[in-house]
Amino acid sequence: MDFNENFILGCSAIGAGLAVIAGIGPGVGQGIAAGHAAAAVGRNPGAKSDVTSTMLLGQAVAETTGLYGLLIAMLLLFVKPLLP
Amino acid sequence: MGHGILLSADANIDFMIHGITKYSFFGHEVWITTTHVCVLIVLLIIAGFSIAANRVLVKASEVPTGFQNVVELMVEKLDGIVNNAMGRNAPGFYNYIGTIFVFILVSNISGLLGLRPPTADYGVTLPLGVLTFLLIHINQFKHQKLKDIWVDMCSPLPPWLPIWFPINLISEVAVPISLSLRLFANVLSGTVMMALIYGLLGWIATIWPAALHVYFDLFSGAIQTYVFCMLTMTYINNAIGDA
Repeated sequence: MDFNENFILGCSAIGAGLAVIAGIGPGVGQGIAAGHAAAAVGRNPGAKSDVTSTMLLGQAVAETTGLYGLLIAMLLLFVKPLLP
Repeated sequence: MGHGILLSADANIDFMIHGITKYSFFGHEVWITTTHVCVLIVLLIIAGFSIAANRVLVKASEVPTGFQNVVELMVEKLDGIVNNAMGRNAPGFYNYIGTIFVFILVSNISGLLGLRPPTADYGVTLPLGVLTFLLIHINQFKHQKLKDIWVDMCSPLPPWLPIWFPINLISEVAVPISLSLRLFANVLSGTVMMALIYGLLGWIATIWPAALHVYFDLFSGAIQTYVFCMLTMTYINNAIGDA
């Protein structure tokens, strides 16, 4: 079985598109974190700086899985590991 | 022959690392790349600032003025971050955390100077993650008893039944990888985004990309620097434990 180079590149592009669907999860997670942080600041405005730094830390950690998807997409598009 | 818009326009889009010269190191081919040059520029910037700060602080006055104010403010802020995160373990880590904070921050925002950010190269962020990994485990072995470490590694099950040991081992090894990949992917995504904007929309890219630079270089870079240092400190603090 040998495939045309263009076929492999096209499939890599589709795979890259599918890989960045991973961005949905971190989006929802970061939104939830930001919403709860806003509620916390509303309840206790004095703790704003602590809440903000905790929120940013949690969001950055939650972002990681989305970034893994992005990395896979970049590898497929620019490093082209599937080409023979 | 077009390979889609991304691949056909790559004459304009350039965010890859390029080799400059190569030399032979015990039979291996080793490349000097653009990343080395960018790291060198970043280090020169930091070294220049440090020398200037040293000049000022050698003849420091009781009431700070001008540049001395800036230097003292920076040191106080950095020490404050370490203090907040590490509590009474802080004094041993002011220097290390301050150093990696300044290095990662200047690296991340060096996109503003037209450099390719050195942290958008996995070869730069992985050593930073490995340093954190080494610090975690050196401190763990220094401050905890071997028996406690073993119990911790088998943690959900009793220590005579080490079924969870391999899984905990994998989660330990994943720490430097996830730390370094987080920093790398964030900075790389910003770099790629800016390269795409300048490459594909170059004909209308005047003034408004500045706003994107503020987001991708300044905001994202600062946040990721803070997160990397914060996670490093948290992990080290956990490793030191209550001992």
